[in-house]
Amino acid sequence: MLPLSGERQDAKGIIYDKINSIDTLRGSSTVKRGFAHMLKNGVVMDVTNVEQALIAEEAGAVSVMVLDKLPSEVRKAGGVARTASIRIIEEIMDSVTIPVMAKCRIGHVNEALVLQETDVDMIDESEVLTPADELRHIWKWDFTTPVVNGARSLAEALRRIEEGASMIRTKGEPGTGNVAEAIKHIKKVNDELRTIKAIYDSGDNQDLVRMAREFKVSYDIVEQTAKLGRLPVVNFAAGGIATPADAAYLMSLGCDGIFVGSGIFNSDDAKERARAIVLATTFWNESDKVKEAQKMIDERQSMLGLDVNTLELRMQDRGGSA
Amino acid sequence: MSLTVGVLSIQGDVQENILSAKSAIDELGIDGTVIDVKTSEEISQLDGLIIPGGESTTIGQMSLVNGSLKVIKEKIEGGMPVLGICAGMIMLSNTANDRVVGKTDQPLLGILDIKLERNSFGRQRESFESDISLDSINIPKFNGVFIRAPSVSDVGSDVEILSKFNNRIIAVKKGNVIGTAFHPELTKDTSLHKYFINLVNTSKN
Repeated sequence: MLPLSGERQDAKGIIYDKINSIDTLRGSSTVKRGFAHMLKNGVVMDVTNVEQALIAEEAGAVSVMVLDKLPSEVRKAGGVARTASIRIIEEIMDSVTIPVMAKCRIGHVNEALVLQETDVDMIDESEVLTPADELRHIWKWDFTTPVVNGARSLAEALRRIEEGASMIRTKGEPGTGNVAEAIKHIKKVNDELRTIKAIYDSGDNQDLVRMAREFKVSYDIVEQTAKLGRLPVVNFAAGGIATPADAAYLMSLGCDGIFVGSGIFNSDDAKERARAIVLATTFWNESDKVKEAQKMIDERQSMLGLDVNTLELRMQDRGGSA
Repeated sequence: MSLTVGVLSIQGDVQENILSAKSAIDELGIDGTVIDVKTSEEISQLDGLIIPGGESTTIGQMSLVNGSLKVIKEKIEGGMPVLGICAGMIMLSNTANDRVVGKTDQPLLGILDIKLERNSFGRQRESFESDISLDSINIPKFNGVFIRAPSVSDVGSDVEILSKFNNRIIAVKKGNVIGTAFHPELTKDTSLHKYFINLVNTSKN
C-alpha cells in the first residue's frame, strides 16, 4: 500500500480520460508517486549524450537523467545553466528502454512544461541549474509528469511535497565528488523524522503544531509523516556520490536509491564504475559484494573531489529558503 | 504447515509487496510469513515468490550476477507458485520487445510462452489507473494501476488469459505462474495477493 498523504483531488495535473470509452485516470498521486516506487533500490545516472545513456542502461541503471553538462562541468563553466537540448533528450528516449528524466531550473514553470511535452518520465526541479525563481518553486500539482526535488532537511522535503513533488532526493553538493553533504542531509532528515515521530508517539499535538510552524508546512503533512516515521514519498540520495562505497553507505542510512551525477562520466573508468555503483547499491548490505564492486574501480581514475568549505558556488543553498 | 512467501529484493517496490502479501495472509487467516529474499539460499527455502515491479533490465542483470536467476527458474519449474508484476512479468517471459527500441537483449526466466511488449501504453505521462476485471479468478472489479506498463500481444497454447484492457492482454496464468502488467501492491485491494497466497497454500498442502 502506498502512503498518499498530501494528495490533492483538485490537482490540475490529474486527467480524466477515456481509452476506447473505458474511463482512465492519469497524473494521480498513485500513478506519479508509484513511478518513483519502481525506481527503489536503483541507481539513476546523469548523462549528456546517447553513448553515455547506453553505458548506463548496460550497467543496470534504473533511469538516466539528461543534462546539457555534468554538474562538475556546470560548476567550471559558470554562467547560466538551463535545461538540456530537447533534441538530445529525444535521441536518448529513442535509444534506451529505461525511463528518461531531465532537469529544469527551480521555479521555471515553462521549462518544466516543455519537458512534460517532450514526454520525459520524470522532471527534476534542480539546484544544479541556475534558479529562475528563488522564492517560488514550481506548483507541481499542475503536472501530469511526476517531479523530483532536492532537500537538505525534513522541512525542505515537506515543503516540496506540499507543492506536489512525487519524490525527494538529498541535495548534497553536486559536482564535487564529495559525499559529505549528502550524508549530512540524509542524517538531518532522519534525525528530524525521529524527533517528530517521538512527539507523535507521545501524543503531544501542541508540539507537532510547533514543528509545523517551524517547518513552514501544514499540520496535516507533519502529522501524517510523523505517523509513518518516514517521508511519504520515495527518498533518494544525491550530490557528490563517486564510488561504490559512497553508494552503499547512503543506502545503509535508509535512502531508497541513488542518483549519481558527475561521479561516473567524469571518471576515467566510466563503464566499470557505473556497473560497480549499481552492484554496491543492489547488494549494499553484503560487505563482500561491496568490496568486489569497489575493487572494480581504480581510485586513481576517480574524479578529483572538491572541498565543500572552499567552494565559491554552493548549489545546495539555491531555493533552500523557499 | 506454515507458508514462507518471498519477495525478490533485487530492485523495485519490494516493501509494498511485502505489506500487501502480509495483509493477504492476515485476512485469509493463514499461518505464514513474508520475507524479502535475494540470495539463492533464501530463495530455495520458499513456498512462493513474488517478483515485484521495477526495472526489468536491472532486476535481470543483478539476479544473474548473484546466481538467484538460476535458482528461481529451477524452483518455478519444480512447481513453486510465482507472481510476476510488471517488470516481474517481463522477467517470466521468454522474449521482450520494447515499443520504441525493439528487441531487447536482457536476461529473462523464459517460463511463460508469451509475446511481450515493454512500455506498451507509452511513457510515464500515459501511465494510468482504470477499473479492470479478472472474472476467471473471481475478481470482477479491480483498480488497475499501470506504470509504463507492458502488455502481452500473444500467448502460447498453454497460457490462460486472465484479463484484457482495450483488447490488450494484461494478466496471464500458466499453472502456478501468474503475470500482471498492473500493480496490485499500489492499491489497498488485496484480492489478487489473496488469490496468489491461496495458490501457494494449495500447492504446499
